[in-house]
Formats: sequence, structure tokens, C-alpha cells
Amino acid sequence: MAALLTGIGYERWVLDALLVLPLVGAVIVMLRPAAEAKRLALWVAVVEFVVSAGLWWTFEATAAMQFTVARPWIPAWGITYRLGVDGISLFLVLLTTLTMPLAVLGSWTYITERERPYYALMLVLTTGMLGVFVALDLFVFYVFWEIMLVPMYFIIGVWGGARRLYAAIKFFLYTFLGSLLMFVAILIIYVLVGRATGQYSFAYEHLLGNIAVAQPWAFWLFGAFALAFAIKVPMFPFHTWLPDAHVEAPTAGSVILAGILLKMGTYGFLRFAVPFFPDVALHPGVQATVVTLAVVGIVYGALVAMVQPDFKKLIAYSSVSHLGFVMLGIWALTLQSVQGAIVIMLNHGISTGALFFLAGMLYERRHSRDIAAFGGLAKVTPAFAAVLTIVSLSSIGLPGTNGFVGEFLVLVGSFGTYPWATVIATTGVIFAAAYLLWAIQRILFQKLDKKENEGLPDLSARELLVLGPMLACIVWVGVYPAPILRRIEPAAQALIMQVERSADPATTVARGTPDVD
Amino acid sequence: MSIDLATAGGVTLALAPELVLTAWCLIVMLAIAWRHEGEADQRLAAWLSLLGLASTALAVAWLWVGEARPAGLAGAMALDPFRYLSALVFLGGAALTVLLSLGYLGRERIRAPEYYLLILLATLGMLFMGGGADLVVIFLGLELMSVPVYVLAGVNRRSVVGAEAALKYFLLGAFASGFLLYGIALVYGATGTTNLALIGAQASGFGLATNPMALIGLALLLVGFGFKVAAVPFHMWTPDVYDGAPTPITGFMAAAVKAAGFAALVRMLLQAFGGAPAWHEAVWWLAAVTMVAGNLMALAQRALKRLLAYSSIAHAGYLLVAVTSGNEEGAAAFLFYALAYTLMTVGAFAVLAAAGRDGERDVLVEDLNGLASRRPWIAAGMTVFLLSLLGFPGTAGFIGKWYILSSAVEAHQYLLAVVLVLASVISAGFYLPPIMAMYMQPEPSPEAHRGTVLAGAPRLVVALVAAALLVLGVWPNLALDAARDGGAGLRTAVTYTLAR
Repeated sequence: MAALLTGIGYERWVLDALLVLPLVGAVIVMLRPAAEAKRLALWVAVVEFVVSAGLWWTFEATAAMQFTVARPWIPAWGITYRLGVDGISLFLVLLTTLTMPLAVLGSWTYITERERPYYALMLVLTTGMLGVFVALDLFVFYVFWEIMLVPMYFIIGVWGGARRLYAAIKFFLYTFLGSLLMFVAILIIYVLVGRATGQYSFAYEHLLGNIAVAQPWAFWLFGAFALAFAIKVPMFPFHTWLPDAHVEAPTAGSVILAGILLKMGTYGFLRFAVPFFPDVALHPGVQATVVTLAVVGIVYGALVAMVQPDFKKLIAYSSVSHLGFVMLGIWALTLQSVQGAIVIMLNHGISTGALFFLAGMLYERRHSRDIAAFGGLAKVTPAFAAVLTIVSLSSIGLPGTNGFVGEFLVLVGSFGTYPWATVIATTGVIFAAAYLLWAIQRILFQKLDKKENEGLPDLSARELLVLGPMLACIVWVGVYPAPILRRIEPAAQALIMQVERSADPATTVARGTPDVD
Repeated sequence: MSIDLATAGGVTLALAPELVLTAWCLIVMLAIAWRHEGEADQRLAAWLSLLGLASTALAVAWLWVGEARPAGLAGAMALDPFRYLSALVFLGGAALTVLLSLGYLGRERIRAPEYYLLILLATLGMLFMGGGADLVVIFLGLELMSVPVYVLAGVNRRSVVGAEAALKYFLLGAFASGFLLYGIALVYGATGTTNLALIGAQASGFGLATNPMALIGLALLLVGFGFKVAAVPFHMWTPDVYDGAPTPITGFMAAAVKAAGFAALVRMLLQAFGGAPAWHEAVWWLAAVTMVAGNLMALAQRALKRLLAYSSIAHAGYLLVAVTSGNEEGAAAFLFYALAYTLMTVGAFAVLAAAGRDGERDVLVEDLNGLASRRPWIAAGMTVFLLSLLGFPGTAGFIGKWYILSSAVEAHQYLLAVVLVLASVISAGFYLPPIMAMYMQPEPSPEAHRGTVLAGAPRLVVALVAAALLVLGVWPNLALDAARDGGAGLRTAVTYTLAR
């Protein structure tokens, strides 16, 4: 397979194709009649996935950036259209391209008006998100980071629920505030590095290699990056936009928000904030703050999820909890914890995405998201019940599902570095079992006491088609994660080396890195 | 080519664009004296004005391509890319305003054949402001620009608010001119010259920075320019005047008139007072206060025209950040931002003029509800303008803001850069609601937007401007290189003078 793909020059054009294809698709969708919109969008998204699937085979398990593209864009400022993929971004790219066709398919009957702009925006959003994950020039990264706000803002604001305007502007303003401060930080790094080296360039490698000159400002620069990413993750206490946006967005919007957009925050930490400023990131005060916030997020998210009467809101808060694990894993900075963090990013996209799909399917049937409005659905809709149970178990982290792999790795990897935080974080797993099992008990089991629920149709073939790939991933990653871990490992290892090499050993906490093999 | 400004022929060549425009002013004046009866006559004046602006642009381009440089003594008119570029921005802004007015005057039943002549005269004043290398020339340009604009603000004689706007603008404008003139007098007293380059030579050589008379003069000059560019706290006249003036003229004032004030300010501060850093701190505060206050006040507005008026104050603050940088990057950033800002402002006012049909009623933000479903292209254009004003990637406004920020960071103005982005966050609070109204609210009735039409020339304006903003946002290289050239030109002039 790899030989075949190499034969057609796959490495050279794949990233370009992935970014351009959805844009072309969006234009076609806008030009063709509305009735064809969803079919066209689905085709584009499927082709996109097929094109990206080749990455799996051609990716070499090394730490190097692969599939790189570099073209001058604005030479006057040293801006290059520079793309590349490594073990950290590979699975985020694949997750995005896998989620998008499912999101289109999941919107099939949910979106009934203004279909053309909806599907066009979904495709533009695809380009924006992929661009964030593959950009290797900070200017390009920033442009994609912001660009993707607009389609999401419209998707929430136009096709969302009752309080959609409030949710949309809140989502926009929160992200915009963080990212604009990051914008200044990027500029300051650019000018400082440019002045010191004489070469003004936004290239990631160039800035990373000469970041030492920005050290006097490191604390503030790190703060600006961290704020932008923390809002996106979202870390407690910057999470308040998330429940609103998730609940008001249409189903596919929630799926994309939870599945992909939140990962942009944790990806930003892994790619920029931590490697650029390891001294600050490993400063005991910063460490204590981040780890505390991560653990608070884990426990708080889980506790708040437990008391939500609204199923979608429950899932939204569970995201706060799950992303706390990712942050803990990143900051523990052992091979296992970083690998685990990346795996959770992937898993959370699959499991929470599936949960949002399921919540959306319930909503389409009953026009209610209230957990109390259901009960005993297992009798009426057995297939739905089976899928919801499996997905919930995966979200809880039951061994044999994908959720287990990531959380286990993070907890094991973090224990050496932050034993107490890890112990508290572990309770998050228990709470997760509590809120999800309790929720599915109230939805699926108990008595079928409401008349409206008696005639509910079970999953349609289309819905099974949406959920099928996600179920397959849940089982596959849960049972045989080795090929994934193997691809992540070199990049994770390189990240840790980079951080430990440049961090001042005196200020960092001693960490017990367990033997890798 | 090298132009000797000491000879009559040389001066004629150096003034070619201004002379061409003056000739066209005379032609238009004759034309309206000859025919001024009906709609068609008014159109004739408009097309003649466009021809005039286009041929002036050609003259500017001729000087630019010919790389005209002064030979010998520096004269009262600069011959540098900064002048040519700023002139092109003014001419473009004026041409867009003329195109926009083509439909507007007829619809509002304003019979004023002198309208287009006044635009040309004001533009002529702007050319002198952008090119004047002498405080007296700059002052003459300023008056030549301001007086026609006072008249234009009140050109709708049936409108009471228009009359109020014109009178207010006139009184405060005259007041500001007084400050400016007094400042010029004091600077002349301290240095014995009004030539920018010669003042600059003294500023570094003879301790101008500590001469109280010169410093007071500089302060008065800043106050005068502060009025003209509507910087807080000298902005009080702006909302009422912008609100009362006919919408295309409001666009003209907010874009070209303001840019002209800035062009003169940038040249004056860099060339004459580049060696006297006393103004840095003053302009720093002006910039910070203008950005924050402008955006906060805009946040409280419900009528779109007032909202855009306050937002234009905030943009003056952004431009002041470029001025504060005080380096050639800042001058270049100013040029690029002036171009982007002129485009997006004219565009936004063009859409506003279409929505505010029939006697200029106030357009509230909620009056745009559901516009996207009835008039998708107008809504799309407005969205581009608003996102560009917000400084969103993919639009020229973003590149412009990036340039200003990078000039500020280059000049170690980190805190001011942070203030700028925080002010931008505030601005999202009022640039987004019109977008939300257009796309996310239902149409109140099927008739609500039936009258909102863009036809003919205004439609061309909106389409052109939106396309230009997007192109400049994605592929800004040509404009950036030109702006860089223009910014660098300013410093060359200074070093050239100092070298002698």
C-alpha cells in the first residue's frame, strides 16, 4: 500500500489536497441546487477521508515532520505556507477526516432549512480544522485558528437551538479574546527571534530553535499562549462557554465541537506552549496551577455532569472532565502520559462524538433532551440501547474499549510525577461511571411509563451507518492500540526530550520516568 | 527622474497631479455652470469628476513610476512614495464616494450639482496634505479639504440634522484650525522655518526637544490634528456630524478625510519631529484612550450609522498606534491600513446607504434582521466589511492590523499592542450583532427588505470593495511591498536632509 501511494507522489500533495478539496467542495455545494447539497457534501467528505487514509500507511514512525509542504506566501514578512504532520497531529487529522463524513450524514434529517450554506460551512470548517493541525508556520496556524471560528459561529447561530445567539457570541468572544493575546505573543516572538538571528520568519522550526532569545518575556508569552489554549480546551475556570455552545449547537455542531475543536487547545499546548517555554511550563508554580486546574476540571466536570437534567449538557460537562485527563497527561511529561494524552484526545473525539450523535437522535425523535422525558427505551429501541450502552462504557473507560487505553496510560504515566493529583483524578473515572450509568439507566431501563416513548422508531440504516465506524474504532483502539501507540511514540519521545533538554533541571520537579520498554 | 524644485518647470512637474486635478475642477465647474437642471446633468458632473480623479491618478502613477526625486534643495512638496501612495488612497476613496453618490443623490432627491465639484476640491486638499513637506502647505491643504467637506455635510438642505452637522463641523473645525495655526506659528518661532526637513535637521542638532516654545507648538499641532482625525478626547463632534451628513459623505469623511489628516500627521511627526521623542508618550496615550473609548462607546450604539461613527474613532486609535511606533514600519503600516480602512469603511457605508432608504431614516441593528434570506449578496458583502473592520483573518483588515501590531512590537510598544488587541475584542461585541441580525434572525415581514436594493454604480462599489478586501487579505504582497516602499521613503527624506 505504502509503495503504491509513494508511487503516485502521495507525500507531496496529500496535505495540499486535504486543505483544498473541502474548499472546492464548498463552492460546488453553493452552486448546485439545494436538494443535492447534502449528497455532494457527503461525497466530498468521504473522498477527503479516503485521501487522508493513506497517511496511515505512508506515515513513518519517526519524530520527523512528514508530508511537508513549504511555499512562500508573504515573503516580505517571512511567512511561508508550511505544512507537515508528525505523530502528535497524525491522529487528529485522521479523527477530523473521519468525523466529517459522519457529521454530514448525521445532519441528514436534522438540517431542513438553508441546507446549502450549512453543508458549505461544514466543508470550510474541515479545512480550518485540518489547517490548525498541519500548519508549521505560526502565522498560518493563527489564520486557520481564527478562520475556523466563523463557520462554527454560523453553525451554532443559524442552525442552533433556542438560545443560539447567546451561545454563538459567547463562543466567539471567548475564543477571540484568547487568540488575540496569542497573536501578540506570536508577533513578539517573531520580532525577538528575527532581531537576534537576522532572519525574520514565522516558521515553527526556526522560532523553536531560537526561542532562547525570548526568555526574558517567557512568562508572559507562555501566559498568552496558555490562555488561548486553556479557553479552547476548555480548562476550569474558562469552560463556561462550552455547555452553552454544545447544548445550543445542532447535533453535528456539537459532535465537531467536542470531537475536534476542543483538541485544538490541547494540541496547542503540546505543539507550541510547552515546547516553546519548557522553563515556564515546568516551573513549580505553573505546574502546580495547571495540574490543580486539570484535577479540579476532572472532578468538577464529573460532579456537575452528574446533576444535569439535560442529556446534552451532561455530555458537555463530561468533556470538561475528560480533557482534564489530557492536561494532566501533558504536564506529567512521561512517555506514557503524553501518549495517553494523545490517545484520550482521539478517544474523546470518538466516544463523545458518538454520544452527541445519540443525544441528537433522541432529540430528533422526541424533541426533548431531558433525561427525565425518557425511560425504558431498551424495550422500544433495542439497537439504540445497545449502541448507547457500548459508547457509554467506552466513555467511562471500561477495559476492552478505547477509553480505557488512554486513561490508563495517563494515570500510570502521571503517578510517578504527581501521585496525589493522580489519585484524585482517578476518582474522576469512578464519577464518570456514576453519571453515565445513572443516565443510561434512566433513559434505557426503568419503566416505560411515558406514552410518547412507546412508538419511537429504532435506529435507521443511516443512523447505524453513522455510528458503525465509531463503534468499530471503540473496539479496535480498545483491543489493539499498538499500531497507534507505535506511531505516536517517537513524536512524544521527541517532545519530552526537547522539553527536558531546554528546561533548567534545577527548577523542575524530579520525575520518575519509568523504563520505556 | 530628478526634479529641480528651484525652477518653475521643476515645480510644475512636481505638482503635476495637483495641477491636473485643479484643471478638472475648473472643467466640472464650467460644466455645472452650463448644465445644472436635471438628473442627467448631475450625472454628467459625476462622470466628469471620475474622469478627473482617474487622470490625476495617472499623473501620480507617472511620478511614481518615473521615480521622481528632488534634486538640490528640498522643497515645499515632497517627492516620495509616501506621497504617491497616500494620494492614490485618497483618489480611490473619492472615486468610490462619487460612484456611491450616483444613486444616492437621485434617491434622496438632493439637487446639488456642486456636490461632485466639492468632492474634487476636498480631494485636491488631501493631495496637498499627503504631499506637503512644509507646515504651511499642509495647513493650506487642510483648509482646502475641510471647507468643501463642511458644505458637503450640510448638502441636504431639507435635513435639519444635516444643517446641524455642517454647522457643528464648521465651528469645531475652525477652532481646530486655530490650534494648528498657532502651533505652526510657535514652531516657526522656535526654528525659523516651516519646512519639515529643516525643522527635523534642527530637532536633532539644536536641542529642539528641550525648547519650550517648540514643544508647546508641537502640543498645539497635536491638538489640532487630534480634532481632525477625531482622536479621543477631541472626538466630541464626530458622532453628530457623521450621523447628520449624507451617508456617502459620512463614508468619505470617515475614510479619506481621516486618512489625509493622518498622512500629514505621520509625515510631520516623522520628518520634523523624528529626533524629538517628546510626542511619543502623548501619542501613546491618545492611541490607547482612543481605541478603548471609541470601542466602548460604539458598544452602546443601536443605530448603525452612529455605531460606525464611533467605530471609526476606534480605528483612528489603531492608526495612532502606527504613529506611536514612530519608525518606518509604522509609516508603512499606516499606508496599508489607510488603504484597507478606506475600502472597508466606504463599503460599509455603501450598504448602509442602501438600507437607509427614503429620507435617511435611522437604521438600527435590528432593522437588518433576516436581510441574508432576502438579499444574500448584500448581506455577504456587509459581512466581509464587518469582519474586516474587526480585523479577521482572510480580510485586508487583518493584514493591516497585523502590520500595525508588528510595527508597535518592533518599537517595543508591547503594552500598547496588548491594549490594541483587547480593544479589538471589545469591537467584536458590536461588529458581530449586525451579522447575527442579518443571518440568525428571521425576517420581520416579506416586505421588510424589498426596498433594500443595490443597483448600478453602488452595486459595483460594494462588489469591488468586498473583492479587494478579500484579495488583499489573502494575497497582500503587492500592496505590502508598496507600503513598505512608502514607509521607507519617509526616512530616506530625513537622512537625506540630515546628510547635507
